[in-house]
Amino acid sequence: MARITLDGIAHSYNPGSTSEADFALKRLDHVWEQGRAYALLGPSGCGKTTLLNIISGLVVPSSGRLLFDDRDVTHLPTEQRNIAQVFQFPVVYDTMTVAQNLAFPLKNRGVARGAIDARVAEIAAMLGLTPELHRRARSLTADAKQKISLGRGLVRSDVAAVLFDEPLTVIDPALKWELRSKLKAIHRALDLLMVYVTHDQVEALTFADEVVVMKDGRVLQIATPAELFEQPEHTFVGYFIGSPGMNLVEAQVDGHLARVADQTIELGRRYAAPAPGSSVRLGFRPDYASLVPAGGIPVRVRRIEDLGRRRLARVALGENDIFATIPHGVSIEREEAGLLIEQDRLFVYVDEQRVAGQAR
Amino acid sequence: MTRTGVLPRIGLAIYLLALMLPIYWLVNMSLRSNEDIMSGLSLWPHHPSLGRYFFIFNDSTWVHAFGVSLTYVAINTVISVTVALPAAYAFNRYRFVGDKHLFFWLLTNLMAPASVYAMPFFNLYYAIGLFDTVWAVALAHCLFNIPVAVWILEGFVSGVPREIDETAAIDGYSFPRFFIRIFLPLIANGIGVTAFFCFMFSWVEQLLATTLTATNALPFAAVMTRSYSAAGMDWSLLAAAGVLTMIPGAVVIWFVRHHIAKGFALGRV
Amino acid sequence: MDKPLNNRAWLLVAPVLLFVLFSALLPMMTVVNYSVQDQMGENHFFWNGDAWFRDLLNPATEVGARFAGALVRNLAFSVTALLIEVPLGIAVALCLPRKGWTVGATLVVIALPMLIPWNVVGTIWQIFARQDIGLFGAALTGLGLHYNDTQDPVSAWCTIVIIDVWHWTPLVVLLSYAGLRAIPDAFYQAARIDGAGRWAVFINIELPKLHKVLVIAILLRFMQTFMIYTEPFVVTGGGPGNATTFLSIDLVKIALGQVDLGNAASMSLIYNLITITLSWIFFTIMTQLDRRREE
Repeated sequence: MARITLDGIAHSYNPGSTSEADFALKRLDHVWEQGRAYALLGPSGCGKTTLLNIISGLVVPSSGRLLFDDRDVTHLPTEQRNIAQVFQFPVVYDTMTVAQNLAFPLKNRGVARGAIDARVAEIAAMLGLTPELHRRARSLTADAKQKISLGRGLVRSDVAAVLFDEPLTVIDPALKWELRSKLKAIHRALDLLMVYVTHDQVEALTFADEVVVMKDGRVLQIATPAELFEQPEHTFVGYFIGSPGMNLVEAQVDGHLARVADQTIELGRRYAAPAPGSSVRLGFRPDYASLVPAGGIPVRVRRIEDLGRRRLARVALGENDIFATIPHGVSIEREEAGLLIEQDRLFVYVDEQRVAGQAR
Repeated sequence: MTRTGVLPRIGLAIYLLALMLPIYWLVNMSLRSNEDIMSGLSLWPHHPSLGRYFFIFNDSTWVHAFGVSLTYVAINTVISVTVALPAAYAFNRYRFVGDKHLFFWLLTNLMAPASVYAMPFFNLYYAIGLFDTVWAVALAHCLFNIPVAVWILEGFVSGVPREIDETAAIDGYSFPRFFIRIFLPLIANGIGVTAFFCFMFSWVEQLLATTLTATNALPFAAVMTRSYSAAGMDWSLLAAAGVLTMIPGAVVIWFVRHHIAKGFALGRV
Repeated sequence: MDKPLNNRAWLLVAPVLLFVLFSALLPMMTVVNYSVQDQMGENHFFWNGDAWFRDLLNPATEVGARFAGALVRNLAFSVTALLIEVPLGIAVALCLPRKGWTVGATLVVIALPMLIPWNVVGTIWQIFARQDIGLFGAALTGLGLHYNDTQDPVSAWCTIVIIDVWHWTPLVVLLSYAGLRAIPDAFYQAARIDGAGRWAVFINIELPKLHKVLVIAILLRFMQTFMIYTEPFVVTGGGPGNATTFLSIDLVKIALGQVDLGNAASMSLIYNLITITLSWIFFTIMTQLDRRREE
């Protein structure tokens, strides 16, 4: 049970390099609290695995300190860090039964026999492994083996954190959903700090209390799933989270007005004139932009996709290709239509970063 | 990755030292004269001389024998790999009548002691007039090298997904064209490793090689044996010749050093 | 595996069959032929039935006693060699570096003894083991041991075992190393996280993953030690007495030394049969054990 503090952690695989581009993980300060679940989310090569390896002790960061509670563990080897980890591919001890596999981490730490049996039974029940407890691990399917790996990660109640490295990669898609909700339930029941690495936004958003979105070694935003959706701090977050992602259009912003493709759009807040040469974009989610037959910002309709629960239109705003929602009961017959954007859901991004502006 | 501690490194160093010591001793001997050798133990040559090596290079019997050894090894390697390739493919990709028995029978030839075959081989090759030629040795070594080659290659063939065969068939490749143009390049590593093993087993085998040859096609290592019984104990010469027999193997192994371990590990049991 | 049934595959196997049949069948027939005949003078043979075999398998006869003795010596030798080589080979493989430039160089050095012609291996040790000019013999004598590989049976026996260990442990090392390399890093990391000690890692991760390569290694090493010929022939000549007269050595002595073709041929067949049977039994046991563990 612990709190993890990342104090100025940064890592470069080229020791001694100071060039920003060489850093697989750029400077990061954050505190992860006991009992919460965090997801590290980002495309491959974004640095999430490096960050996980720093926490697990496989990689010693080039700079910064890692604290578990108040204990500096930056240079401690994995086995002295008191963590558990579940890997991408199943890791099971072939020679042991399922029960022995689950008991192994406890047995190595000299836990009393009775306590081991009780804990193993509890974890096996949570994961649905009880019927297999006395079978040899090697004779099981990949799905079941990964459940054993998950179980071994969860079996110790005294760990500082449980790390998951894309643990559902080998799981059958039909079973993924089930295991994900199980993990979520287990997290609630066990009160452990969990860190979950994934490139799948659905996995991250359903599992985590807070999601750390990363790209190119940089942490772009750390927030709850709702915040990531409602208030993306970075254009990449807006674009990466949500399906389809946030609409981003080039604009000139002056005070509370923005010009996009010869149209003037009124903003909810006032913005200082950005520095010359910087890129300025407006961002808004398709969910908060509705398409109406007339009125609003004139756009041309390209295609309408009926997704059953909602209808999505692909429209052209000047040169920009954007998505908008068609509200219930509205029908779009002609190519010309109007776009209505909710003012307080319309954000201004200068050089990819959201700027707050001032109240009007 | 387990971190290598100090103890394993010391252990490894001791093992390597023990491994190298007999070879070092041979090199040491080869650089000393016979009088020097017999005068007493010395950990290194006090007056190193390459004299015995030059003697061997200038003696036509030795040079010829070296060529003979390399020739039959090369012929055997080419034959073994060439005929084993289609067979390894067949064993891996198809079922056919008697396939399992055939595979087992091939492997039993590895269990045949060369001494069992020495005498009948002598009769056989004498009868067909190949006795004392490189061909006799090359063909005789096929007895164990072809099964070895089939065995190792089968492992490598199994590493190539079957979809590739099917795609090629759909693309209209005939079997021979597919096999040569597409399949062989895919298992190039495996062919290299197999060739290495064939080379090795043929190079080190001496009982059959000596039995099947007399004078014309006497292998290098056999010249060694004969020379010392005839001329008394020329330790220095013997050592120099011994050192020379290690060179081809050392050269060949360098090329497959990253794959040697894989060869057998892949084979099915 | 659902391989397609295709009897035309025989065409692909045919060249192998031809070559191996030529090398195996004709000589084997010759051997069988000799084993059931006796010889009267030059090129005059007559049917002798199973007499040679009865002699051979009856320890009361001279040749039977000889054969039984060689068989026991050979089995003892094989077992001794395997008991040393397999653990040693695994231990060395565990010590090998896994990355860096040293890997290639170390592997080449380790494999070197296997690439030396077998009679040269004999020569190397013939020199190395001599008390007067060989480091090994001189060192042992210097330590006050009564070492003499040509006079003393125990010395001779130990020398042959040491030669075999020197010559063939590298094979076990290479195979084990290949097996160890195939274990993903995650297993080691998981073991560390689970708090497993070095020994637990070896027993629970490394040894089970080495199972397959070890079957191959033991099988190959058994076959090779059971057929050993050249090294004892060169170093001890089967002596002193018959302390190192293994099956192959005895066979060649009978066939080429005494030109006793009937005895030699029947011995060849029995010998070959024993090798195949023992290999098959060992292989079956290993695969059965494996299958039972799956359940």
